[in-house]
Amino acid sequence: MANRTRALKSYAGFYLLFLYGPVALLPLFSVNDATTIAFPLQGFTWRWYADMAANESLHAALWNSVMIGAGTAVISTILGTLGAMSATRYRFPGQQPLTGFIMLPLVLPEVILGIALLILLNRLGISLSLGGIMAGHVMLCTPFAMAVMTSRFEGFDRSVEEASLDLGETAWMTFWRVTFPLVWPGILASLLLTFTVSFDEFIIAFFLSGTDTTLPVFIWSQLRFPNRLPSVLALGSLILLGSFVMVTLAEWVRRQGVTQHPGPVV
Amino acid sequence: MPSLATSESAKGILLISPTALFMACLLGGPLLLLVLFSFWTQEGLEITAAWTLANYQDVLSRESYLILFGRSLLISGIVTLVTVGLAYPMAYFVAFHVTGNKVVWIILMTLPFWTSYLLRVFAWRIILGFNGVINSGLMQLGLISEPLDFLLYNQTAVVLTLAHAWAAFAILPIYVSLEKIDRTLLEAATDLGDGPFERFLRVTLPLSMPGVIAASLLIFIPTVGDYVTPALVGGPTGNMIANAIQNLFLRANNWPLGSALAIAAALGVSAVSVLFVVLMRAATQRLGRI
Repeated sequence: MANRTRALKSYAGFYLLFLYGPVALLPLFSVNDATTIAFPLQGFTWRWYADMAANESLHAALWNSVMIGAGTAVISTILGTLGAMSATRYRFPGQQPLTGFIMLPLVLPEVILGIALLILLNRLGISLSLGGIMAGHVMLCTPFAMAVMTSRFEGFDRSVEEASLDLGETAWMTFWRVTFPLVWPGILASLLLTFTVSFDEFIIAFFLSGTDTTLPVFIWSQLRFPNRLPSVLALGSLILLGSFVMVTLAEWVRRQGVTQHPGPVV
Repeated sequence: MPSLATSESAKGILLISPTALFMACLLGGPLLLLVLFSFWTQEGLEITAAWTLANYQDVLSRESYLILFGRSLLISGIVTLVTVGLAYPMAYFVAFHVTGNKVVWIILMTLPFWTSYLLRVFAWRIILGFNGVINSGLMQLGLISEPLDFLLYNQTAVVLTLAHAWAAFAILPIYVSLEKIDRTLLEAATDLGDGPFERFLRVTLPLSMPGVIAASLLIFIPTVGDYVTPALVGGPTGNMIANAIQNLFLRANNWPLGSALAIAAALGVSAVSVLFVVLMRAATQRLGRI
């Protein structure tokens, strides 16, 4: 038993190395003082970060991504919360197929979603814009938000709501004073996760980009120019760092106040 | 007067209706249009609603599409096998051998999944490139004198990159199904004289099969339609079906044909997936009966 645990533990170590090693190369080479991404390392520099900070079109793309991400996070979390509340508290005919339909973007290849949205905008005569990308991102992120909120509502003790109503609070005040504080960690986690998904999303944005574009599409356009790669590494390192912080925060928040029960901790 | 039950279900429907409506408009509508487009006709730059099966005939008669589709299935199949195979021991370790804080392990393993897909694929490009990390590292060590040119721009590079990019996806479903296994069943197997290996094969593995099947589908279906990885590390021989679809939409500007290709590919993938689930279920039953 002890032997097997040790073997599995070293396997786990290698697995994590495989998972994180390649990604760790980005920050490593982002501070390397050379235009080619190759060994041996040439010494330490911040100049790629300075280059990146001076790039105007990058600023525009970054701002677009932040705005789209923020809008997507708020709208998809609202839609996901409504869906999760309905799914966990009520039963109605056709509920399962409907939930399955809402969750569909999780399993469909993004290329299909991208071209389908492109056709929709084309038929409606709407020109490509950041608004279209955001609409696509809300569609993509709503299932994520609904999944996060469903797990939050499932661990929810409804008797505290009943107690509030019994003690004379109105339904509205019960929502704000009891329900909302209890599901708030889920909402915060959903906001952080959907923001991250939208901020990092490439394919839908690529298909729906007009003249204005998002950060991943900007990065994609930079990959063709070898001399820009070090700046892309600098930018990528910051994005990875930001994503890691936000997702870790989201996971930590999501698990706050959830009663520990035996079984999967997912 | 509505009964209590119907008013309860009315509340449920009312509550989910904004979400359902939004998804109907931005998911259902577009998918429906995609199907319609695949039956329409392209004339010059105009797309007309003249119903035709010509797009599908075109898709099926072009050998290059069939080759591309077969290659996509093959690559995704290998990726699924590799990813699930690598993830299983990891999920097993966390489910049965981690006694302390499992949450930390789960977060650690799923974290990369939430970070930029594009950047994770890009990382492999700089690792495998002609002047990349591996080549320059090996030359620095004096193990090779010329850069190896077979690392990047082929199907192996695509498999490797996809297996890395989707690793996190396989772990969760397998872990959940392992965690759910009633531990007394394992004790019973031991008491009845099974060794650790037999016990694994006859109890643990069959009971975790739903997780394995779910993980396989979660990886297989999206990777067949992956566009970024083949475009960045695949080269001409590593192109996949999504690259052809993208090309028809954004370059060749033949949307009806592109739609037909997308639908045909989606149907093909669904058929393979259903077949896979049926076969796996049958295999699991047999495994449990040995």
